[in-house]
Amino acid sequence: MMAGMTTIVRTISRLLFPFMFLFGVYVLIHGHLTPGGGFQGGVIIAAAFVMLWLAYGLEQSPIGFELFRTEILEAIGGLTLATVGLVGFAMGVGKFFGHVLPLGTLGNLLSGGDLPLLNIGVGIEVATSLVLVFYAMLRKVAWDEK
Amino acid sequence: MRRVVPFIVVLVVGTILLFTVVNSLPPFGSFPQRRLGAFENQSIGQIILENAPRQTGSANVVTSVVWDYRGYDTMGEATVLFTAVCGVLMLFLATRRQE
Amino acid sequence: MSLNYIVAMLLITLGLYCLLLKRNLIKMVIGLGVITDGIHLFLISMGYREGGIAAIVPGGMLQDNVAAGFASAAVDPIPQALVLTSIVINICIVALALSLTIWVYRHYGTLDPSEIRRLRE
Repeated sequence: MMAGMTTIVRTISRLLFPFMFLFGVYVLIHGHLTPGGGFQGGVIIAAAFVMLWLAYGLEQSPIGFELFRTEILEAIGGLTLATVGLVGFAMGVGKFFGHVLPLGTLGNLLSGGDLPLLNIGVGIEVATSLVLVFYAMLRKVAWDEK
Repeated sequence: MRRVVPFIVVLVVGTILLFTVVNSLPPFGSFPQRRLGAFENQSIGQIILENAPRQTGSANVVTSVVWDYRGYDTMGEATVLFTAVCGVLMLFLATRRQE
Repeated sequence: MSLNYIVAMLLITLGLYCLLLKRNLIKMVIGLGVITDGIHLFLISMGYREGGIAAIVPGGMLQDNVAAGFASAAVDPIPQALVLTSIVINICIVALALSLTIWVYRHYGTLDPSEIRRLRE
């Protein structure tokens, strides 16, 4: 697991990584128009990062991964969810998850009230959660091999 | 074959499930008609399908069910995901043998 | 006598067989995942309408006649929302179960559940 894979796999992974990231962000943001949403887009983004770790090994991968920064991002994603719900409660709409932003016309990207914000928050949380789980298991395996 | 009892349990459970599914369910593909007496033709899914694009403003009815009509359940699920990741990290990354 | 329900029940039975009759902890965790997949297939098949479209308003439909033509041709959206939540909780269960399995293997050296019960004395 620490050795990584051959040169062909490394080159193709490095070329494919920005396209996978872009596709994950597309599925995340268009959650109220096409099938998809927060959870599905977050998993695709996490899969892009894990693909680079599998191709390069944990230490030599070209992404700089810091544990503390990723944990803070996961907490921010979870807090966005609760904050948007409570803001709807406090701004006079009167119920939990009441819409603050305008509803808009059907089929636009900027429609749906609070839904795009909630999708982005949960997408960040799911992506960082899966990346943290894979990092913990890969580092455990590398530490056992020493 | 000392473990005969779990094998018989699996066979009995499988037979009961298959017979229930073939005989006692409403026919496949009959969505708004349910045999529940007074609640026929008024399934809650039908009411949500009629009102969701007008009330929530999103074209995807499943997303509006997940975040608008059932938003509290989705927040609970995000909490469960956070707790499980905290548990996994505690098992793997907390054994620093430096002290 | 539809194929969806029969395959869902066969998946649950196969998962139950793996969970009860295998002697390897990782195979038991795989059995848990197969049971959950059978349950998801059953739940989604319960909300099907004969010749229906997906529960997304197609492009080009104005907001006036959405309620008329769309609500009488779309499938049920509620079981799909429940299955979305259930899939995420299944991820959490399998992640924690596999973490505990790795911990058990590191501590006992074996993956057989009967051996683990015997070494505690």
